Amino acid sequence: MRKRHKGVNYAKYGYIFSIPFVLGFLVFTLYPLGYTAVLAFTDFSGAASLISGEMNILDDPFENFSMLLFDNQLFWTSITNTFRIWLTNFIPQIVLALLLTAWFTNNRNKIRGQGLFKVLFYMPNIITAGSIAVLFGAFFAFPLGPANHILSLLGVENHPFNFTASPAASQNIIAFIQFWMWYGYTMLILIAGVLGINPELYEVAEIDGANGIQKFFFVTLPNLKTVLLFTVVTSIVGGITMFDIPWLFNQGGPVNSTTTVSLFIYNLAFTGRLRYNVAAAASILVFLMIAALSVAVFYLLRDKDAAQLKKEERALRRALKAEMKGVQGNG
Amino acid sequence: MDKRTVGARIFKCVVYTVCIVLAVISLYPFFVMFLNATRSTSEIWQNPLPLLPSTHMFDNFRIIRDIGTFDALLGFRNSFIVAGGTTILATYVSSLTAFALTAYHWKLRQPFFTFIMAVMMVPAQILTIGYFTMVWQLDLVNNFLPLIMPAMAAPTVVFFMRQYLLATFQIDIVNSARIDGSGEFRIFNQIILPIMKPAIATQAIFVFVGSWNALFLPRVLLTDRDMFTMPLMVSLLQGNIYDTEFGVVYLGLALSILPIFLVYFFLARYIIAGIQLGAVKG
Repeated sequence: MRKRHKGVNYAKYGYIFSIPFVLGFLVFTLYPLGYTAVLAFTDFSGAASLISGEMNILDDPFENFSMLLFDNQLFWTSITNTFRIWLTNFIPQIVLALLLTAWFTNNRNKIRGQGLFKVLFYMPNIITAGSIAVLFGAFFAFPLGPANHILSLLGVENHPFNFTASPAASQNIIAFIQFWMWYGYTMLILIAGVLGINPELYEVAEIDGANGIQKFFFVTLPNLKTVLLFTVVTSIVGGITMFDIPWLFNQGGPVNSTTTVSLFIYNLAFTGRLRYNVAAAASILVFLMIAALSVAVFYLLRDKDAAQLKKEERALRRALKAEMKGVQGNG
Repeated sequence: MDKRTVGARIFKCVVYTVCIVLAVISLYPFFVMFLNATRSTSEIWQNPLPLLPSTHMFDNFRIIRDIGTFDALLGFRNSFIVAGGTTILATYVSSLTAFALTAYHWKLRQPFFTFIMAVMMVPAQILTIGYFTMVWQLDLVNNFLPLIMPAMAAPTVVFFMRQYLLATFQIDIVNSARIDGSGEFRIFNQIILPIMKPAIATQAIFVFVGSWNALFLPRVLLTDRDMFTMPLMVSLLQGNIYDTEFGVVYLGLALSILPIFLVYFFLARYIIAGIQLGAVKG
């Protein structure tokens, strides 16, 4: 009797214990997000505004947005830069990660030392990105950095090459750093994904006489789709918010070739004319971009999940049939 | 049969070669950095790719101290306060939230969890402008609190903690504690938290490292060099003063990387297991 009465009361603790999280969310996520959205429609810019705290909604509320979208070449440049750097890093990254995943999860040819390799491949990911950017800055120093030293040893270049003065070289170096920092992480995620695949699917494939490569393309890849999509989204979001490496490697230069979206927003708000309102508008645009992307991918994921379930079911049924056949054959 | 073993041998050769090359690429930059940290600038100019350390480490230390802008100890101290505070707050509040999500049956439980998943997709950088303005108006610029407090709402940590609790939690333990007359909050602190120790340890590593490495928000909210965290100290190494002092730059970088390097190699096994556990959600 007494117990039941208490049991009814316990539900309230669910709410009580959620309060700190909700409070944190309201104060440190929702309010700043709303504030950013409001600032985007105001004239809040410059140190004077910050000190007085005065802001007025603009006569044309969307002025900051239209300014960015139609009159600001650099905004678009920063978006194309971001995607170019992201693509140059992500394509080789996912290819290498998939290859390593296939190798490391291959049951027939066990690779020894996997643990050590995983530890080493993942390592760059955990080191401070800022330190890595400065380190690579030193490596590509002109004229006597290690990179130029290697080039002259190989006899490729007689004159030292000024990497940080070349837009293409700077973009590619940043893409390389991203690649180098993230392929190990992606590989770990994909391996976890493969280990989550129903082993019976592989058994069925083996019964059907599939070799390692066939198993990879017809069993591993289709079943990894969810994990792959997830990797793509988190990587794009990471790419869009990339700041540390382009900022510390070359301050977004030369000629803005490594100015990413984050760097663009940072420069608008915290250097020069301190245009908080325009930076806020740019943040909101990026937020909408990411939201649209996430919704699209989650929509895709939902369909894929259902399809995958069906596929797994079918494969299981096939496996059962094969087993039955085997039993009958033996009988 | 013979053909197959030859094929397997070639396959293994290729795999090991690629893996060893990648391992070298992972390590070599740090190898160069640690060695160059012990060499003088003129030695580095002559040959930037050393095989052996030199004897100028203490000279480099002296130069760093004389220039005075890059202060490794101060950076450590500040980073330690911020990352430590963030870690304690994030793991504690997230464990509590995960407990609320698993142990109790309340009406909004499922919607609340969906909501937490949605919050996971909002990158913190998007709200920086609003947050900066808010912090400025509260006069909390150059204060560690605005860097630590957002850890209260750490959706990824909550997600991980919930996964762990779902697998290990048994209501019987709570019920027997209730019979003994313990309050719910005390049950959480004295029974649930110890159960969650492994999950807390894994998440603590990630939260700590993430906060230690953060550059963007500290860069926006800290302007006084005495409050600079380690990544901000490192950004000073890019300044004009250090442009010609390569040995010093390498030493500064080595100092900033060494602690994480050591922590990583001690805890690598747990870190990698943690990533792969977290990945199962995908």
